[in-house]
Amino acid sequence: MKADPRGVLTGTHFMDGDHACCEGALAAGARFAAGYPITPSTEVVERFAARVPVVGGSFIQMEDELAASIALQGAVWGGAKSFTVTSGPGFSLMMEHIGYAAMTETPCVFVDVQRGGPSTGLPTLPAQGDMMQARWGSHGDYEIIALCPNSPQECFDLTVKAFNFAEEFRVPVMFMMDEVVGHMTEKVVIPPADQIEVVPRKHTRKTVEEYLPYATNGDMVPEMAHAGEGYKFHVTGLTHDERGYPNMTPQTQQKLVTRLQNKIRSAADRIAMFEEEATENADVIVVSYGITSRVAQRAIDMARERGLKVGKLRLIMAWPFPETKIRELAGRTKAFVVPELNLGQMVREVERAAAGRAKTILVPHAGGSVHHPEEILAAIQEAVR
Amino acid sequence: MAKGRVAIVVERCKACGFCVEFCPTKVLALSSAFNSKGYHPPHVVAPEKCSGCDLCGMYCPDFAIYGYKNPVTKNEAPQPEAEEVRNEG
Amino acid sequence: MTTLVNPTPINPVEPFLRSDRMPHIWCPGCGIGTTVNCFAQALIESKIDLKTLALVSGIGCTGRVAGYVKLDSFHTTHGRAIPFATGLKLANPKLNVVVYSGDGDLSAIGCNHLIHAARRNIDLKVICVNNLIYAMTGGQTAPTTPGHAITSTSPYGTFEPAFNLPHLVEAAGAVYVARWTTYHVRQLARSIGEAFKKKGFSFIEVISPCPTLYQRRNKLGDGLDTMKYYKEKSKTKHGAPTSEIGLTMQGEIIVGKFVDRDRPDYSALLKAQMHESLGERYVDYDEEQGYVCADGGCAEDSCH
Repeated sequence: MKADPRGVLTGTHFMDGDHACCEGALAAGARFAAGYPITPSTEVVERFAARVPVVGGSFIQMEDELAASIALQGAVWGGAKSFTVTSGPGFSLMMEHIGYAAMTETPCVFVDVQRGGPSTGLPTLPAQGDMMQARWGSHGDYEIIALCPNSPQECFDLTVKAFNFAEEFRVPVMFMMDEVVGHMTEKVVIPPADQIEVVPRKHTRKTVEEYLPYATNGDMVPEMAHAGEGYKFHVTGLTHDERGYPNMTPQTQQKLVTRLQNKIRSAADRIAMFEEEATENADVIVVSYGITSRVAQRAIDMARERGLKVGKLRLIMAWPFPETKIRELAGRTKAFVVPELNLGQMVREVERAAAGRAKTILVPHAGGSVHHPEEILAAIQEAVR
Repeated sequence: MAKGRVAIVVERCKACGFCVEFCPTKVLALSSAFNSKGYHPPHVVAPEKCSGCDLCGMYCPDFAIYGYKNPVTKNEAPQPEAEEVRNEG
Repeated sequence: MTTLVNPTPINPVEPFLRSDRMPHIWCPGCGIGTTVNCFAQALIESKIDLKTLALVSGIGCTGRVAGYVKLDSFHTTHGRAIPFATGLKLANPKLNVVVYSGDGDLSAIGCNHLIHAARRNIDLKVICVNNLIYAMTGGQTAPTTPGHAITSTSPYGTFEPAFNLPHLVEAAGAVYVARWTTYHVRQLARSIGEAFKKKGFSFIEVISPCPTLYQRRNKLGDGLDTMKYYKEKSKTKHGAPTSEIGLTMQGEIIVGKFVDRDRPDYSALLKAQMHESLGERYVDYDEEQGYVCADGGCAEDSCH
């Protein structure tokens, strides 16, 4: 279906990534946000607090991130599309509720504008150090989807996609921005509402008598009902059966957790999002994401000026990791160069998928600024040597 | 005929004794019989005193007993004065 | 003894239960089930449309109430029933939202949310079953455990001062505050009914036995002995100053309705502020459509 025009600020704007993310959420139909102030993410909810009363909806500033990350899920079960926004320390506090959203299959979006860590780290400076936390941060086995924008325009476009994936799969979606993308101001074009595709909630059409809250039929994603509609359903973070009732047996655990994992894994190739360029005859492929991809582009250009055959793979969706793609590329390139604003996170996935068929070279950076293109260029040159 | 009656879901009972203790007219006592979990459920010892007030039901933490008023009828056949329900686990 | 199957009158609590989940997990002599009877009785007497009622629990023994009531019910994470309920209520203001949880859940790990929800005066009905201990995890000290009590983590006696919950929530801004014990079944049912009539944050504390862990470790007998203690040592004092009603080990228990006042709830304050600042531009909640329907404003074919 098309976006509700009430939430779409159609036009050409000059805005930063945080504000563009907020507009993306409104365009996607988000009508509830719960937040807690934290640099460098707060501008997203500041804008939402100003915009949502004239669109129709609700923003509440909660007492902490634990509260924000569960209030948004209450709102989802009340019928709203909802999200929260945070940065590293707050993201750490939200982990339990990312697990709750995964377990209860609550469609929602967690925006993490990454800054330097660990702990309080670098509140106003960039990093990409939460990439593994986004995937593995809550306890137990589960799958999520994570997107990595590299511009304010993508902060808009991909936020809409993040909500769409959340609804399609009934899964928490991590929106992994970083401080630079969040605070960078560029041209952002917001199309008319009728050009924005929005995925509605997978609401059941079954009668109260027929409805089984966690029964699935083919696609592994159960149908949802909202509180107040008469279904009298039960939702729990405990291991549960198709009725939604706690059922703590190895059999029920196996069935439920396997499905939670497979509903995403089985769709990984279909939903994979990446930008691929000149990988056909490349000796080296630079794999990057988020703000680092823009520095990497400069390094790639410099390498090509020097006559090197360099390809580019930009991860737009970090999780599920596009391992089929990496496996394919590993068969026809000598090396992957992986710059990231951490000391080696997504590089592990690249290395795992490459499985020794191509060399994998990390260009680490502990955060606080972006790489110098020369550092990445040096790695490219080393790779072809 | 008593004003009320009690129904007991024997298998739900955990023999806490609340109903016996707080029945205002002392209709109940814990029986010596066991249910399948090994608890002694209550039984009716003074059916004629039951007012059907359901205080036993309000106290019962296991939803295993309840009282209700007898319908006021012109009384044909004598009604049983206490009931026991054995159909639920 | 006469055996009659399926007598016509049914247990008044039965329509409110997920009968297919009985028997429940609560121990013999535990009072949580008794509070559920009172809750059901209050629902019957208030004639609330059950379709509009949602119940939210945290974790713990009382947290299991959500799984046993035949309502839209949410068993959330430890301590977070109140913020979940806050989101639920704001997304659908037509809902009557009840938070049903224990003292450890609400007043330790969830205490921040408890006081902030009272401050905001969110329209929630909080029923706090206080058994003075962490029961589900094996009887550890709670913020409500009275002085000198033995628990598994205070083997030589509790020495930390305990929370006086009615005093806490009154200070934070609750509009309705009452305390009863599981002995006071009629009063508790009436109190829950009164809370449903209030607009704003209502808090009802119910002192309840935990014979397995609290009473046993402190050699206080079983559930029935505890109920007799409640009967003997409780004193009803409506309007008592909440600063004076702290609990002591096996001491007098002041019960009653302590606070019943009116102040605008969160939604009323929100609307007033928005109307003042935005005037006509403010998009208020639409009773028919809701303002937050994820199905796209209900105009589309895909909408339910």
